[in-house]
Amino acid sequence: MTIQPSSQTGNTTTTATLLGTYLLRLGDDNLILAQRLGEYISRAPDLEEDLAVANIALDHIGVAQHLYTYTGEVEDDGRSEDDFAFLRSEREFTNALLVEQPHDGFGDLITRQFFFDAYQLELWTALAQSADERLAGIASKAVKEARYHLRHSSSWMIRLGDGTEESHQRIQRSVNDLWRFTGELFDGDSVDRDLSNAGVGVDPGTLRPAWERTVTEVLAEATLERPDDPYQASGGRHGVHGEHLGHLLAEMQWMQRTFPDLTW
Amino acid sequence: MSYDVPQIPGEQLDDITAKHQDHGWPLWEVFVRPKRGLSHTHAGSLHAADPETAVQNARDVYTRRAEGVSIWVVASTEVHASDDSESMFEPFEDRPYRHPTFYEIPDEVGQM
Repeated sequence: MTIQPSSQTGNTTTTATLLGTYLLRLGDDNLILAQRLGEYISRAPDLEEDLAVANIALDHIGVAQHLYTYTGEVEDDGRSEDDFAFLRSEREFTNALLVEQPHDGFGDLITRQFFFDAYQLELWTALAQSADERLAGIASKAVKEARYHLRHSSSWMIRLGDGTEESHQRIQRSVNDLWRFTGELFDGDSVDRDLSNAGVGVDPGTLRPAWERTVTEVLAEATLERPDDPYQASGGRHGVHGEHLGHLLAEMQWMQRTFPDLTW
Repeated sequence: MSYDVPQIPGEQLDDITAKHQDHGWPLWEVFVRPKRGLSHTHAGSLHAADPETAVQNARDVYTRRAEGVSIWVVASTEVHASDDSESMFEPFEDRPYRHPTFYEIPDEVGQM
């Protein structure tokens, strides 16, 4: 990994490398989630939902693209958005573990989406006020999409939770399974804190109360139990992933790895 | 039932209705307003479990290229259609004097 958060070197370089790391994390969340959503196209409950899933995936890819392009400029090392997406290995991806989790059915997809949408809506709302104009611009555009994403996923949470006995059981299982990946979203480290102090980034811990409110409210309306799992997984922000990310990357990167510089 | 389901000769309407329910969710007609000042126009139809989902699906199916600013959905079973018989429309076909073709509409008027 060429980008290292460091606080020892000169201050402009430091802010630039910190910002690079920060942008890459945000970009990776969006790209990996989009790839997961893409896997589901043609498997949704109906054609209309296939289109919804594809639309949401494209929203996330769009945001990832903006963030990667900006990362490349900040880093100033000649890496393009395609380099970030297709030519990095598993350990170089710094997405949160939640977005790489595989889905066994629509309930998993919606629950993963719901937890993440509720987080991202707060994140983009906060980052729209960033002192970094470029990041603020990306965030203000993304916040509109996030608002719709959350509306989409929460209405499904409520429909499935408060639906039939079968749908209730299955979505509750998804909630229980994915809960342990939610804590990591709010684990800030020195990168977050330094950039937050500079007014550029946001300390994710500050987003938690609003996230809790949304989640508690929707789960209650969906007649679902809020899990109380003290064990929370983490490591994604530092490139330590579960077994699933490698498989996802293999599929996503295969074409560029096999036929380098292929374009069409 | 007022929504026209094409009927195959020899097939009972009850069969069709039963099959339709087996297939899943009810059908909705989607109307999209392309921009403020224009009326909602029929865009197509889709399946959805309830009105809220129907609106969400319509957004993704019919407005993803910014085709609209507002959506209506109407349960297809609530649409009452004319039976396209000769007596309904044919009488108007030889009444050209009812068309205001003798007026020039200034460009500033815009959409009529």
